[in-house]
Amino acid sequence: METTLIASLFVFVLAAFVGFEVINKVPPTLHTPLMSGANAISGITVIGAVLIAGASNNSTVTTVMGFIAVVLATVNVVGGFLVTDRMLQMFKK
Amino acid sequence: MNDLTTLLPTGIQIGYLVAASLFILGLKKLGSPATARNGNFLSATGMLLAVVVTLLDQNILNYQWVLIGIAIGSAIGVIIAKTVAMTAMPQMVGFLNGLGGAASALVAMGEFWRLVHSEGAVPLNATITVILGIFIGGATLSGSLIAVGKLQGVITGKPVTFPLQQPVNIAIAGAFFVSSGFLIANTGDQAAFFTMIGLATVFGVLFVLPIGGGDMPVVISLLNSLSGIAASAAGFVVMNNMLIIAGALVGASGLILTEIMCKGMNRSLISVLFGAFGGGGEAT
Repeated sequence: METTLIASLFVFVLAAFVGFEVINKVPPTLHTPLMSGANAISGITVIGAVLIAGASNNSTVTTVMGFIAVVLATVNVVGGFLVTDRMLQMFKK
Repeated sequence: MNDLTTLLPTGIQIGYLVAASLFILGLKKLGSPATARNGNFLSATGMLLAVVVTLLDQNILNYQWVLIGIAIGSAIGVIIAKTVAMTAMPQMVGFLNGLGGAASALVAMGEFWRLVHSEGAVPLNATITVILGIFIGGATLSGSLIAVGKLQGVITGKPVTFPLQQPVNIAIAGAFFVSSGFLIANTGDQAAFFTMIGLATVFGVLFVLPIGGGDMPVVISLLNSLSGIAASAAGFVVMNNMLIIAGALVGASGLILTEIMCKGMNRSLISVLFGAFGGGGEAT
């Protein structure tokens, strides 16, 4: 357990550095789409929600919380990517 | 040992690795006009892959709830994304961001509840990550909703201040800290657990209220970064590297973007967040 926690901390810190490095010199017109796209990615919490909602040895409360979390996170993901795409379509012209 | 029980978990992890790479590529391409749309598509592909391989997880047995939830969420997502006006995009992003924060908080709460009821006790590191998940997720939800209200004109765009506001904020943060200590000392204490959910929500409201409506895009960007951290915290709760990686990516890139947006307005993040308290920076 302790080693997995430490390994996960390594993963967290290294991924954060990648996140810092991957963004540079973004033109102002792309600020909102980039924010929106990153927001859709943060909907990754849908995976945690799926794992919680789908686990078998749950109390009903956990399943209900998981179910609501699945719905909210999916709205975040699907809505987020579609909205980003709509914004970016405007750049084609 | 080449049976399904060993192959499937490996397949899931490899799927996560590919999805994480697609997120990184997608974020990078989103930063340049020529490749942005392609970048968004890559990220969406990564997300689809991550969700599909997660469904192969052998601990998932309640498929009907999961699939119904995904179907409802997708339908709502498509409808609101197609109908929202282009001028309302910042509000829309803020609203979606709040939902993500709420989902992360719910994951932390649900896992806490499961541990209390099935194992009787909650391990210390799980308690700490649950506390983080509740605080960041709850504050992201309420803060985002206030930001949306301000952009939409439902709440006044003027900074809302009242006497002793900063001491009240500090008191709320302090109360959360004390409740956290109590929850760690008495794992599974439901009163402390619910108190903390309330405190986190109130904190998000009070944090955004004093910020002017013109600064809301910066606030939403900051809350977006926070919702990434919330996803990461949820990842530590359920011990899932995919959540930790994607959350950390959004947390860090969102923070950089927030700073870039502040620079574009010739402001500092501190003056945006605390300007209403006379902490420097011209009023908006």
